[in-house]
Amino acid sequence: MMCTLAATFNPDRVLVGLAEWVTNALSAWPALSSLALILMSTVPLVAIFPGCFAVATWLERKGLGRFQNRIGPNRTGPFGLLQPAADGIKMLLKEDIVPAQADKFFHFWAPILAVVPAFLVLAVIPFGRQMVPAQLDIGVLYFFGVGSMSTLVVFVAGWASRNKYSMLGGMRAIAQVVSYEAALVLAAVPPIMAAGSMNTAHIVESQIVAEWVSGGNILVQNAGSLLGWHVFTPWGFCGFLLFFVASLAELNRSPFDLPEADSELVAGHLTEFSGFKYALFFLAEYVNLFAIAALAATLYLGGWSGPNFFWPAGLAESAPPAALVPGFVWLFAKMFAMLGVMIWIRATFPRLRVDQLMGFAWKFLLPLALANIVSAAFFIRLPWWAAWPISLGLSFGAYAALCVVNRQKGIGPREYRYA
Amino acid sequence: MAQLEPPTAQRGYQILSSRDLDAQTLEVAMGPHHPSTHGVFRMDVVLDGETVTKLKPVFGYLHRNHEKIAENTSWIGSMPYTDRLDYFCSLTSNWAYALSVEKLCGITVPERAEYLRVILAELTRLANHACLAGFFVNDLGAMGTPLLYALREREKILDLFEWISGARMMCNFMRFGGCRNDAPEGWLAATRKLVAHFPSFLDEYDRLLTGNEIILARTQGIGILSSALAIDSAMSGPCLRASGVNYDIRKVDAYGIYNRFNFRVPLGDHGDCYDRMMLRLLEMRESLSILEQALKEIPEGSVQNSAVKIRNFKPPKGECYGRIETPKGELGFFLISDGGTSPYRYRIRPPSFINLTVLEDMCLGQKLADAVTILGSIDIVLGEVDR
Repeated sequence: MMCTLAATFNPDRVLVGLAEWVTNALSAWPALSSLALILMSTVPLVAIFPGCFAVATWLERKGLGRFQNRIGPNRTGPFGLLQPAADGIKMLLKEDIVPAQADKFFHFWAPILAVVPAFLVLAVIPFGRQMVPAQLDIGVLYFFGVGSMSTLVVFVAGWASRNKYSMLGGMRAIAQVVSYEAALVLAAVPPIMAAGSMNTAHIVESQIVAEWVSGGNILVQNAGSLLGWHVFTPWGFCGFLLFFVASLAELNRSPFDLPEADSELVAGHLTEFSGFKYALFFLAEYVNLFAIAALAATLYLGGWSGPNFFWPAGLAESAPPAALVPGFVWLFAKMFAMLGVMIWIRATFPRLRVDQLMGFAWKFLLPLALANIVSAAFFIRLPWWAAWPISLGLSFGAYAALCVVNRQKGIGPREYRYA
Repeated sequence: MAQLEPPTAQRGYQILSSRDLDAQTLEVAMGPHHPSTHGVFRMDVVLDGETVTKLKPVFGYLHRNHEKIAENTSWIGSMPYTDRLDYFCSLTSNWAYALSVEKLCGITVPERAEYLRVILAELTRLANHACLAGFFVNDLGAMGTPLLYALREREKILDLFEWISGARMMCNFMRFGGCRNDAPEGWLAATRKLVAHFPSFLDEYDRLLTGNEIILARTQGIGILSSALAIDSAMSGPCLRASGVNYDIRKVDAYGIYNRFNFRVPLGDHGDCYDRMMLRLLEMRESLSILEQALKEIPEGSVQNSAVKIRNFKPPKGECYGRIETPKGELGFFLISDGGTSPYRYRIRPPSFINLTVLEDMCLGQKLADAVTILGSIDIVLGEVDR
């Protein structure tokens, strides 16, 4: 039943098929056809991600509320679902305050410049089979290159506000992101090595063990690893955690939210922005979050592929059930799962201090990322019976060694005496 | 009229070139509008990078002329004003003032009122310390979760205050020679229930936070206050005991009926932020033990010494200093009476204000984020600092 349904109707292909139909219909006018293709791959992104941003703010406020024994927003619509709309209207109606001493040009442009790279990096995210807005062979490099622009914007915003909190926030942002960018990029290297390509679509395809193709044929790819997704290898597990932690710092999220540390710097670089400018910064922050989560999923969690790792190759003639769900649904599910973890972390942890933050990046994450690359190299080159123990030993040995080396002396629980 | 001279080098002014300016440091005025200065308090911080090289506490934004108002109103008339001193702990402020006047006039307090005062004061200590434990982790950058857990517990205590006094925070409950009214029906049972359940909050807090790696790294060895400096600067309360000085007025003076209860005084060895936080948590457990004993032993009887006049209350000529151990430290009232219906001099020794004087000593050489942590660990309330 499942097989016949799947054979006649492939949900994964609906959007791609639609795009093909449109381009074919316009094939007589090549310019129009390519324009249509560009619009079809960009307009949905610009439409969907602000929507995701709205859902994310609602989730975050509701989630934080539950973590904190509160109900969260519940005045606007059922379960407070219209809260993002209310927030948006409020932001639009608020007075746009520009400090008298501010650099007006950059104060105006900073929020807009913040949004642009956030959307640009989405171009290389594979949202499904053949659903990459831009097939770039240097996809991952492009992502980091364009993505790091947003840091510059944070500093521009901090500097242009002519406020000491803002400037301190901007300075912290530069220091922090430069440190964590290194760890983040190095954490992204192993999947590139495994796929032999920087093309994000190829990286996803390299993680698919048994790929089901219309007609019931099972195509086996990447049989070398036990399970398809890189996160189920020793270096992949280590790399995913590294990537996730570094991306928390990259996104200025708790416990690395020093640039906008509200208990120290009021709101850091955002202090002097109000109304819609503030909303734009917020939008950029969340789109960045989704983009990095999508990249993390692409690199380590199998991107748009469903959890088909319990579907051994050659076992069944039917399609894996996961294939009935479109790829973009899986990708967005993974992104929102990561958002959930980030909200959880935000509700739980206190903030690190600035020197501890830098120490953590340079003394812990960076060496671990380097060791992890070596571990991945062994894993990829050696047969599986040698690869697993060596990779396990290297990744987790490096982790343990760095834990011991970085242990702060004289810090720990204490006993107290009574008079 | 002498001609105004331009500001030149001859008159002592120097026109600095940009090379002479100290461009290495950044002076930041943190406050009075700042999320973690606990009210309208300002820290003028000079930063070298992120390191604090100079810190000047600036206060007075909440000055309300409390002492002068009290000198112009009747003796009992300033009792509601003492609520506003430390608005987290109105009941202990009430008690300190009532105790001072009782000492001045030699008024005795009925047994039941003494017990009620101890119960209310220790409940106040629980509420204050729970709040501090929450706010402190908030200052460390946690997104309000520990704070709201702590506020949940505080709410239960405030409900009890509302039940007995009619107000959640501005209780105005103590009177010279007793308390305003007896505990209503069922109040003591509800308090027993709260005391029985409160340790679960402390256990939860211990489990979630006191061993947290980030909290340990952020608070241990930060803002060290030596016992010598603590004594020299007249610190009091948990901040003093965190530096290892055994000085608790409940033990030293044994005012009220504190000598009847069995409780211990926890002491810190390092005098850093972690010790100051932990001492509060340990003190809460001791307060719970005092509460258990007091709730068991509380006798029946009147709660007000009927010999004390309410109208036209005139203490004899003389002066006295009465003090108690509030959650924040030694709160004292120095009163001079000229035999009239209002105090001749009414002077408060506020613990928050005096504990604040060592802020710079603790903050120098630390990071900006630590200055916020240290301020949070001192536990100030601006109503009491500025009066």
